[in-house]
Amino acid sequence: MGELQIFPWAIMSAYALLISALGIATWRLIYGPSLFDRVVAMDLISAVVMCIAAVFALETQNPVFLEISVAIAVVTFLGTIAFARYLEDEEEE
Amino acid sequence: MNLLVSIILIIGAAFTTIAAIGLIRFPDFFTRMHAATKAGAFGGIIILLLCAFCFASLKITLIVLVNIIFFYFTAPVAAHMIARSAYINRVKQWEGSKADELKGKIALKQHHKD
Repeated sequence: MGELQIFPWAIMSAYALLISALGIATWRLIYGPSLFDRVVAMDLISAVVMCIAAVFALETQNPVFLEISVAIAVVTFLGTIAFARYLEDEEEE
Repeated sequence: MNLLVSIILIIGAAFTTIAAIGLIRFPDFFTRMHAATKAGAFGGIIILLLCAFCFASLKITLIVLVNIIFFYFTAPVAAHMIARSAYINRVKQWEGSKADELKGKIALKQHHKD
């Protein structure tokens, strides 16, 4: 099985889909009525950025970019947890 | 085989876009959070597995495995915490929502902060 080559049109349309998802999540981030919607929009934005990093790794056939998505996954989780903790018991301090 | 890989890539990206569309159309916070976390994580998993499949080497597969562990196991935990703090802060559910199992079982915050 030779080196798997993904067609350029597939990568372009994947980028188009992911960029549109990014735009929609950013709109929700800006408009979001309550703070919690913004946190969820941030969560989705980081998931989409992870996918973009993975697609970039596929496009350039350079596996070093996959570490980016590992790092983003960890940071995103910590960010969301920090928000949840802050919003839960902010009066006690 | 190349065509198959490309189609799977499109499907993965489409799931992420559906998650974003779900983020807009749903009426209240809880359904939005539900859609974004679930579909977003699933779309990401498809693309990551495709990466592992394309880079046919053990090192890359292990990297993707670590990535999936950090991403697919932590997204529900984060979503749970956000939903809990939202519920405590008296975020109103959608008026058409059927059940609220958590009513009375959890101490809500006294003053409303939104």
